[in-house]
Amino acid sequence: MAISLTRRSVLPGFGLTMGFTLLYLSFLVLIPLGGLFVAAAAGSWEEFAEAVTSPRALASYRLTFGAALIGATVNAVFGFVVAWVLVRYSFPGRKILDAIVDLPFALPTAVSGIALTVVYGESGWLGRWLEPLGIQVVNAPLGVMVALTFIGLPFVVRTLQPALEDLDPEIEEAAASLGASRWQAFWRVIFPTVLPALLTGFALAFARALGEYGSVIFIAGTSQSTEITSLLMMIKILEPDLVGATAIAVTMLLASFVLLLLINVLQWWSRRYA
Amino acid sequence: MPMSVTVSNLPAAVSSAAGHSRPVGATTEPRWVRAVLIGVAVAFLGLFLLVPLLAVFVQAFEKGAPAFFRALWDPDSRSAVGLTLLTAAVTVPLSTIFGLVAAWAIGKFHFRGKNVLLTLIDLPFSVSPVIAGLIFVLIFSGTHGWLGPSLEHWGIKIIFAVPGIIIVTMFVTAPFVARELIPLMQAQGTEEEEAARVLGASGWQTFWRVTLPNVKWALLYGIILCNARAMGEFGAVSVVSGHIRGRTNTMPLHVECLYNGSGADSGPAAAFAVASLLAVLAMLTLVLKSYLEWKTARQLARAGDCPDSRPNESGTVALETTGRRDATEEKSP
Repeated sequence: MAISLTRRSVLPGFGLTMGFTLLYLSFLVLIPLGGLFVAAAAGSWEEFAEAVTSPRALASYRLTFGAALIGATVNAVFGFVVAWVLVRYSFPGRKILDAIVDLPFALPTAVSGIALTVVYGESGWLGRWLEPLGIQVVNAPLGVMVALTFIGLPFVVRTLQPALEDLDPEIEEAAASLGASRWQAFWRVIFPTVLPALLTGFALAFARALGEYGSVIFIAGTSQSTEITSLLMMIKILEPDLVGATAIAVTMLLASFVLLLLINVLQWWSRRYA
Repeated sequence: MPMSVTVSNLPAAVSSAAGHSRPVGATTEPRWVRAVLIGVAVAFLGLFLLVPLLAVFVQAFEKGAPAFFRALWDPDSRSAVGLTLLTAAVTVPLSTIFGLVAAWAIGKFHFRGKNVLLTLIDLPFSVSPVIAGLIFVLIFSGTHGWLGPSLEHWGIKIIFAVPGIIIVTMFVTAPFVARELIPLMQAQGTEEEEAARVLGASGWQTFWRVTLPNVKWALLYGIILCNARAMGEFGAVSVVSGHIRGRTNTMPLHVECLYNGSGADSGPAAAFAVASLLAVLAMLTLVLKSYLEWKTARQLARAGDCPDSRPNESGTVALETTGRRDATEEKSP
């Protein structure tokens, strides 16, 4: 590898393409994002702290982080089953099932939002079965969890699939030939190997859920008890209370950067041990 | 690897039960476990994904086909479709050019700080859509922004107008093409381009005749995902658009307007009529995506087969296909 690591290349255009890349990124992403931090720093510390720690903001963090955590956990369990089935078994409709996993990526979030609201509404296809049981989804915190589970599913499945495909059949054969039951082979051999990928998928789904807006707002309704942080920011922008919106935005952005860092560490770990 | 050879030589009847060429018996589950797991997966995906998708179409036609077409032919709906097409027509080519340029710089050259640059390109993915809208409001808002008041002095309106919608869509779609192309172009290495240069091709010819054909399926894949996001973006666009019916409403925003029933000819049925167009777009995206994934897997496998190619430094999972691993195993006896 060291031989091919030449500093000089016969290929042209490095300066031009690199310059364009940096310019495009700077004007579209870096400077505007930096502006958010400058705007937050320009205000007074008291204003910032008040916006970030107001009871309404705190309630929205609790709901957003809690629902995102539950959604990611549901996805980790069922996403594992889905990924396992798609990688390991062949059955009619497997290809269609595989393609449909990406639906939450492809469907605009507003469409997902109104579709979930109608399906889980009192007279909806699923809502009418839940209603007699006293389970209310629409206009309730449960709706936020449903929407966040919906949008997070592809992350877990798509992160697990390659990890499961890469499993060397020989280690399972070795486990079996050494007398392990199938259950033991799964828990002691397979599961620990794909655990980093599962955690990465979980973290990606969680991170996506923290910032989600479109698919949640319809099913969650407009009551205070179902106000996610994204909606609170939107309300503050429209008021307009840009100082408050900026303070909360900076807080959420920092939270997602910490998550991003964690995800990178997880990926490094999974490359090392997978 | 003698073990895998013996296993793959097992009678066909045994290996066909598990699909692929995976060994069965000691390393698969009993039939009933497999049936239960497949049942759980099908039920979960069916209830969570398919039922809502189906509901969009059923709701769209709830008041009959004439109402469906009337909702679509409404001037505000047509204007929303027009604005969505315009937004995609501007932002998708821009993100594509950015993706190609960035992939050339990152995929074909070695330099320090490459990982930092890759993280920066991915940044829009980890920014919440509402925050993405907010950062442009802070800059361009006519009343509170840094540049907004002076721009408005010159008669240029960005927030609550079409340019704002286009700028935030550029922001959210920027990484799509780049992140599809970069791992592939890194994996393919520079040998073919170097050969073309040595044989006298200009840089431009090398790009058009060698690089571009090598990445065309991944490029198309990135463009399709980019387009789906450009047409479907809701949160970020919602912040900057101002929801002016017939003027700054894209299709997703118009869906919201109709659903919340502000206007004469609105209501859920009309909202779902417009939403069904977006759902068709999503389904087309999924079909094309599956087809292109199959194509790019082959392209990647070929990149792996090339004896001189370097291993992918970013360690992208997609590269580690079984075909590629088999190829390397054959080479190292």
